[in-house]
Amino acid sequence: MSSRKIRVLVAKPGLDGHDRGAKVIARALRDAGMEVIYTGLRQTPEMIAAAALQEDVDAVGVSILSGAHNTLCPRIVQLLREKGMDNVLVLVGGIVPQEDLPKLKQQGVAEIFLPGTSTEDIVKFLQANVKPRD
Amino acid sequence: MSEIKESSPAEIERERWEEETLKPALNKHPERKKSFQSVSLDEVERLYTPSDTADLDFARDISFPGEFPYTRGIHPTGYRGKLWTMRQFAGFSTPEETNARFKYLLEQGQTGLSVAYDLPTLMGYDADSPLSEGEVGKCGVAVSSLADMEVLFDGIPLEQVTVSQTINAPASVLLAMYLVVAEKQGARWDKISGTLQNDILKEYIAQKEWIYPIKPAMKLVIDTFAFCTEHVPRYNPVSVSGYHIREAGATAAQELAFTLRDGIEYVAWGVEAGLDVDRFVPRMSFFFNAHNDFFEEIAKYRAARRIWAREMKRRFGSSYERTLQLRFHTQTAGVSLTVQQPLNNIVRVAIQALAGVLGGTNSLHTDAYDEALALPTDRAALIALRTQQIIAEETGVANTVDPLGGSYFLESLTEKMEQEALEYFRKIDAMGGMVSAIEKGFPQREIQDSAYQYQKAVERREQVIVGVNKYTMTDEPSEVPILVIDESVRTHQVERLEQTRTRRDSGAVANALDKLRVAARKNENTMPATIDAVRAYATLGEICSALRDVYGVYEEPAF
Repeated sequence: MSSRKIRVLVAKPGLDGHDRGAKVIARALRDAGMEVIYTGLRQTPEMIAAAALQEDVDAVGVSILSGAHNTLCPRIVQLLREKGMDNVLVLVGGIVPQEDLPKLKQQGVAEIFLPGTSTEDIVKFLQANVKPRD
Repeated sequence: MSEIKESSPAEIERERWEEETLKPALNKHPERKKSFQSVSLDEVERLYTPSDTADLDFARDISFPGEFPYTRGIHPTGYRGKLWTMRQFAGFSTPEETNARFKYLLEQGQTGLSVAYDLPTLMGYDADSPLSEGEVGKCGVAVSSLADMEVLFDGIPLEQVTVSQTINAPASVLLAMYLVVAEKQGARWDKISGTLQNDILKEYIAQKEWIYPIKPAMKLVIDTFAFCTEHVPRYNPVSVSGYHIREAGATAAQELAFTLRDGIEYVAWGVEAGLDVDRFVPRMSFFFNAHNDFFEEIAKYRAARRIWAREMKRRFGSSYERTLQLRFHTQTAGVSLTVQQPLNNIVRVAIQALAGVLGGTNSLHTDAYDEALALPTDRAALIALRTQQIIAEETGVANTVDPLGGSYFLESLTEKMEQEALEYFRKIDAMGGMVSAIEKGFPQREIQDSAYQYQKAVERREQVIVGVNKYTMTDEPSEVPILVIDESVRTHQVERLEQTRTRRDSGAVANALDKLRVAARKNENTMPATIDAVRAYATLGEICSALRDVYGVYEEPAF
């Protein structure tokens, strides 16, 4: 067991303001004992990567409902890797068509959670996949 | 009420029933659950009887349709005179594509149009802004200048078709574009009708598509009220919206309370700006959600009309019937639709729409079954429209006015909704009104809490979602086809924008934008200068940017 709590950045990129999902997830992860930083709305991939580095997080949860995932997600992954955050998991939640799922995973997204996912499943995924560190 | 109250005959009868009939039945067959809750997680009783409505007075609280307090509707003949307006919200991709969808919907018997704009348009950015990348034409149609608006309404006579526009932070600019297109068609402003959503308060509360700080944003809303009252008298310059508040997680009572309190706030600001209540309030319209809990929703609509009539009388001293009558649009709950087993959504939508109709909605949008996946395909949009036509013409529910009026359950629920809303009004009034309450984060926190409680109830399976937490299928039947918008839309839109910028008189644009800045700084009505800027083909991004120079931008406080 890691002595350190799992740290997660919950981020809302793009122009969309529908933050119900992001806020519910942030609260559920906190209730599960994780440390959660919520970026607020309309963050560019650059802002998200910078916040991830500064907050030294284990995972970035990205909420997208607008259909802009194919533009925004690969860029977020790429910027994180460029900044040396190779082990930081990128999770995506929102409305993503089935056919886009394999491509996003290939581009480095760890998992995509579609509507109807239980917050418990997201907690379990993080607990199982975040690499322990001190 | 007296302290010692003798049991009424109805209560005595009820006690007898409980003793003689209910108890033995419960002993034999216990109920399925300990408690039964609405989708808003409110307790629902086993049975409602005359004792639950004993405090209601027919003439005072229920009355006749077309009469104060309008609980049973604003039209004396309900839908026997005129059915509700079937107004399907549509917009995607380029103005050309949306124009074609509009014409298709009108050919299929739709009676009004409703425009969905894409996110860059909603946020006041042009298609070629770096912030628009990946978002152009995705959630709605892309409109960056008058040139796009001309294409959007090409061949649609604006004097005959009423158009509703879902646009908020930059609403005054899109209204200006609409008016100029109408003018170019030869339509007279005093003849055209339609609705501008223009409800900025619910943006800070729920949907969060804002540009400017709250107070200047409110000033822009009031500018449109003043302008329309004078020049476009048949146009509804605001649609005070609970829809998004509900979608963000509010309960039915919170949706009702925050929406009506927003409405009161607009009226108060209008009065403060010197407008005459009975000239502008009759042109305010409302917009509610139709969620899954059938009776709760019907009660919400009936309570909304009653509260509005009473508050307009009490707070603003109006006795003009058109000020007192709340008119509203309804949309079925997008948030209730599931990705899993998507055809089930057709059934959900039908039941939600029926609640809207039984609640006396004045216009209705039914969601397409594929909405949890993407924007609707033609086929899905058509089924949604047919759903309304079936309710209107096959079920018989439109044959009589307020068919559920007098139901012990419904009347008692309507009363409960009203009381819950009034309790919120007291809290918000004590904070100094809705603008202050929003600045304190009050409605936002209430909604977040409700959203979280609901999610937990779903995860505990106390709230059932068929296909998601019950009756799930690992092997789902065939996928439904979805509408895909690719990046070629942006290229197309950017090209038109570049042509527009080349062809226009750039000196005239700069001049018009300067005049707009001056009007904003001097606190004059910004509508005339906005219309002039639009006529000169200044873009949406340029106009919003000019106003940002004066007003600044909104930063959401953390809570």
